[in-house]
Amino acid sequence: MRILVVEDDDVLANGLKIGLGLAGATIDVVGCCADARAALATSEFDAVVLDVMLPDGSGIDVLKNIRAKGDRTPVLLLTALDEIADRIKGLDAGADDHLGKPFDLDELAARIRAIARRQGGRATPQLVFGGIVLDPSTLATFIDGQPVVLSRREFAVLSTLMEHPGAIRSKDEIEARLYGWQEEIESNTVEVYIHHLRAKLGRATIETVRGIGYRMRSAP
Amino acid sequence: MKSLRLHLFAILIAATSLIWLSAFAWILLDSRAKLEHVLDTRLQAAAHMVDSLAADGGKVASTGIVPPMQASPEEANYERQLSCQIWSMEGRLVARSSGAPDVQMTDQASGFSQRTIEGEPWRVYTIEDSVKNIRVMVGDRLGMRDGLVADLIKGLVLPALLIFPLLAALIWISLGGGLRPLNAMASELRRRSADDLSLIETRRAPSEVQPLIAALNSLFAKVEAARRHERDLTAFAAHELRTPLAGLKTQAQIALSVTDPAIREGALRQILISVDRTSRLVRQLLAIARLDAGLDDASRETLNIGKSLDEVINMAKPAMGSIKVDVDPDLHRYVIQANREALYFALRNLHENAIQHSPEGGAIAWRIAPEGKGVLVEDDGPGIPLAELPFVTQRFFRGQHKSSTGTGLGLAITEIAVRKLGGELVLQNREGRGGLQALIVLHGVGPT
Repeated sequence: MRILVVEDDDVLANGLKIGLGLAGATIDVVGCCADARAALATSEFDAVVLDVMLPDGSGIDVLKNIRAKGDRTPVLLLTALDEIADRIKGLDAGADDHLGKPFDLDELAARIRAIARRQGGRATPQLVFGGIVLDPSTLATFIDGQPVVLSRREFAVLSTLMEHPGAIRSKDEIEARLYGWQEEIESNTVEVYIHHLRAKLGRATIETVRGIGYRMRSAP
Repeated sequence: MKSLRLHLFAILIAATSLIWLSAFAWILLDSRAKLEHVLDTRLQAAAHMVDSLAADGGKVASTGIVPPMQASPEEANYERQLSCQIWSMEGRLVARSSGAPDVQMTDQASGFSQRTIEGEPWRVYTIEDSVKNIRVMVGDRLGMRDGLVADLIKGLVLPALLIFPLLAALIWISLGGGLRPLNAMASELRRRSADDLSLIETRRAPSEVQPLIAALNSLFAKVEAARRHERDLTAFAAHELRTPLAGLKTQAQIALSVTDPAIREGALRQILISVDRTSRLVRQLLAIARLDAGLDDASRETLNIGKSLDEVINMAKPAMGSIKVDVDPDLHRYVIQANREALYFALRNLHENAIQHSPEGGAIAWRIAPEGKGVLVEDDGPGIPLAELPFVTQRFFRGQHKSSTGTGLGLAITEIAVRKLGGELVLQNREGRGGLQALIVLHGVGPT
């Protein structure tokens, strides 16, 4: 899961990058409205954590902008005021959820998973395909009820493929989910992770569509 | 409570009554004068007439004296208006009209006279006819004259008394109509909720009420602006206080949950940074509270500007790193009568602001202002964008290029402190190069 954090306080931004990263997400951090607009215009995110009060304007304006452009990326607002009027303003502007500062890191992670899941059209927190079950909240994987140990990156690749079973995901798409902007991408990493996954889940689970990408095989 | 309607009503009724009473008084006096004249003329005419009808020695020509009006039946009210007596020169009553008194009406030889006869005042006209050897006296009762005037006035006052209540009602109703816009406005304002500060509709209001509406609307606008400012301030304060708390909590949770010592150490370091910043924020908030509460004005003392600055710079040493501070030695030759704390707040926050925005290895220069009118400090930082200059002294304003260690309070504190010192803070970007020049204009700076 790739998340954009828009927060200008560097200690909090650092905490979110590391904390949400520990929960299995790839985090990009920007510190102002202009950078947030640029990031949202150029990259795809599974969720956005948006601070309301930013140095060059209001996070709510950014939210209105991207919603006006038809961007439906789930957005969680971080607010400093507990006033109901402010929360309503945020929700009306198109926010999917909000959390007041200071907040619990685990609650924030859970809420982000929830809004991202709803965006994917799923009601249950687990991703299920065939006999494979992924639990994004615990990063646990099961095949036919048996736990399988996956690394954080392997889990990210598998969940990308399982969010829309049957759909083909290109190598670039999978890479975008795996790495933030600052991270160096090694040329054949996606192939390496697919190889590991096939070894752990069985060769037939992931199909290579030559020249396009990968998808889950519908009848294993 | 004074009612405008009652007040206006009382004034209008009083004015109307006064005008009417003056009119009545004038009519009364004027008619009385005219009536006297007419009746006197009548007395004269009647006397001459009787005289001409009387024969020598007072023998009345035919049937005796009958006053002409007595013949007319509709004049019954003024029956026996005129009384006539003919006296011989010797003082013998020759003839008299019916109803005339028995006694001689006047002892005046000729002309007009007034006499009280049988308890009643009379006005009498006498002609002395030496040829016929008679004196003709014609008189009427003054009471009758007063009755005539009274009847005349009664004829005017009665309709007026009937009209007066109608007029009063009309005035009352018109006043009500005239004051309706005020009532409408009042009831509109009464219906409002406490936070409805929308402007009052002015289009339909009469021009006399417009100034009131305009004044109310401008008051509403001011209250609204003050409230918005208050709300913004609360929002800023909440954001500035809660964001570091959120950072602290997040980092603490990371430190607790990870096993990787490198990540844990990183998180703990972030906590230290955040605690330092937050303590600075708390210190500045307390400074603002101290300044807002008002410093003791009586505690002014003679302060050496250079020495005060040295103290401030010493305090800030740990934060300065490679930044050089240059203090003009001249500053030690100037003193000011001021509150120590206010001067300290002003200098310290300006100095901290300069440090915060100085690049590594930059220089901060403290100088005495031209003509010794205050103190100025210049730094090598990026300066302040022109569009933000007017706002940087607002509380919690941090601008677009804020430093991570700023609180948005430093320049606000400086400005409040400088105002407490009776001076003025002037901020401008240094000409021809980057950096900010902050000038504190102070009054009463003098050489030691």
